[in-house]
Amino acid sequence: MATATTHTPPPPGRNETTPPKSSAPSQAGDRIFLGLSRGSGIALLVIMAAIAVFLTYRAVLAIADNEGNFLTTSEWNPAGNPPVFGIAVLAFGTIVSSVIAMVIAVPVAIGIALFISHYAPRKLATPLAYVVDLLAAVPSIIYGLWGAIFLVPYLDGLNKWLDQYMGWTYVFDKSGEGVARNMFTVGILLAIMILPIITNVTREVFLQVPRMHEEAALALGATRWETIRMSVLPFGRSGIISASMLGLGRALGETMAVAVVLSPSFIISGRLLDPGGGTFAQNIAAKFNEANEYGRDALIASGLVLFVITLLVNGAARWIIARRKEYSGANA
Amino acid sequence: MSHVIQDQRPATVPARRGSPLAHARMPRWAPAAIAVGSVAAGIGIGLAAGWESRVQWGMIAALLFVVATYVITTAVENSRQAKDRVATSLVWVCFVLAVVPLASLSWVTVSKGLEVLDPYFLSHSMNGVLDAETGGGVYHALLGTIEQVAIAAVIAAPIGMLTAIYLVEYGRGRLSQAVTFFVDVMTGVPSIVAGLFILATWNLMLGFGPSGFAGSMALAILMMPVVVRSTEEMLKLVPNELREASLALGVPKWKTILKVVLPTAIGGITTGVMLAIARITGETAPVLLLVFGTKLINPNPFEGAQASLPLYVYEQYAVGTDAAVARAWGAALVLIAFVMILNLVARGIARWKAPKTGR
Repeated sequence: MATATTHTPPPPGRNETTPPKSSAPSQAGDRIFLGLSRGSGIALLVIMAAIAVFLTYRAVLAIADNEGNFLTTSEWNPAGNPPVFGIAVLAFGTIVSSVIAMVIAVPVAIGIALFISHYAPRKLATPLAYVVDLLAAVPSIIYGLWGAIFLVPYLDGLNKWLDQYMGWTYVFDKSGEGVARNMFTVGILLAIMILPIITNVTREVFLQVPRMHEEAALALGATRWETIRMSVLPFGRSGIISASMLGLGRALGETMAVAVVLSPSFIISGRLLDPGGGTFAQNIAAKFNEANEYGRDALIASGLVLFVITLLVNGAARWIIARRKEYSGANA
Repeated sequence: MSHVIQDQRPATVPARRGSPLAHARMPRWAPAAIAVGSVAAGIGIGLAAGWESRVQWGMIAALLFVVATYVITTAVENSRQAKDRVATSLVWVCFVLAVVPLASLSWVTVSKGLEVLDPYFLSHSMNGVLDAETGGGVYHALLGTIEQVAIAAVIAAPIGMLTAIYLVEYGRGRLSQAVTFFVDVMTGVPSIVAGLFILATWNLMLGFGPSGFAGSMALAILMMPVVVRSTEEMLKLVPNELREASLALGVPKWKTILKVVLPTAIGGITTGVMLAIARITGETAPVLLLVFGTKLINPNPFEGAQASLPLYVYEQYAVGTDAAVARAWGAALVLIAFVMILNLVARGIARWKAPKTGR
């Protein structure tokens, strides 16, 4: 709810530059143009505020009639009498799948970024950066289709192996047979999807590391890895963090890929290899068609939670970037 | 301190003279040899243990490679070099790890898609085609996607560009700070949330039914921040001297922006808008909520359910019959080709019209 208040645009200050003193028509032109462009800016703020306000409004309508506790109920039955629904399963599933995705994607993305910026031969690096750029544009439904048809059968073997040798960790214990349409697969697929984004941002930060820092380290006899550890990674740390959070934002809100791959159920289970669970976005896509108007309001309520979570994550990422800019001066 | 060092120097220099300056190095082919050895060992172990998953073979090979590199390098050179080599190989492993799924994705989409893609597929709708039947096509979906994306672009591009102009040319103070911040935040709004917003307002409160236009509005919300960001970056690249020269000649500010600043940056701005279009073309979630999908050709985006390419992929996959899944792959290939062509053309324009600022 706190976000709703922050969306109100601050009153426009008297900050615009005074128009040049010339003939009347051009002043009018200036005023119109300034009005148009400022109006567009304000329109953006209004849209953001409207998203928060209307989602909250519909969500409140839904939650008011909800007989279950919205935050802790692990059941989704808004069509029932009385209606009972809650986001516990969805919150759990969203967080688990995103965490798996981050654990896999961040180190690999840093690796690829380092590969492109420091390790790959120049001839390979430029086209590679280009390809990574293109991969970021592949639509998520295609990742989903590929994941469901190719990744799932491939991961069956890995699942069995993990169950056999790592089953004692409980997390990797597979309680029954069944294809790998589980949270673990979803996490891996999300990791593949957010790799290009994290890689892109991280690579750009790595390329901004002052040459002098690296050359100084090399001149002191550091190996390439020591150079990276002592000059590149410290310089790029905030960039890595913010890139990861951008990727996290993407993973949290990913809909279609999860909806296609996961076989959902409303159970909270720590066993990653058992099919089941759900995420906010996946649940909306899956339940939307069968929902009546009240059911849609319930889905909107869960969407509002997702909205707030991604807002917080992205806001934090931007804040880290902004703070970085202030003291580094590298990209002023 | 300096005194101490001066004292010691004569003592150490003769002692070092015997040792060579460069210590033992591994030959250049060593990493390749270790790689071949560990891949062979990985396959061997995999075969011997009878594991099905090739992923395991690869993982074992990678693990062996890293361990062998560390041990051998420590023995021949020293532990610092060993760490360096391990880091190098880990970076390469990351690269391979990432390339494998992404290459597989591209390969599968292209090869599966080409099986069904022909002029018939592109020029026919799904009208009257049963789920298990082969045949049918994506014409209605392609038409829907193009219309929805075009409307979204018509809404979002002017607002986005004007906002960017405001931020770069006029904006100082709190309003522009707020706009900058919320543009950033808006970039991260999940597509399904944008869809829910239009659903809550346009459909549930105003009572309109599903239509291509409703989808367009959600897509426009997703597109705006991307356009703002890229236009802003491009406007910032325009040298201030151009603006100053124009203003000094008495040209009013709005004309300076329209006639000097925008033409200089137009290449980059076009690129940004096209990349944004490419991004929203593949969005499925808002379309699923708002456009609803149909088997028929509906050329009117303002009334009635429309089809859309990404939605078509999803629907056909959900149907699950062999023919339908084949159609899903065909549509996926059309979609990916559409997006990639937009991307490539956009980047071509960027290179061709790059502002000559000598960066």
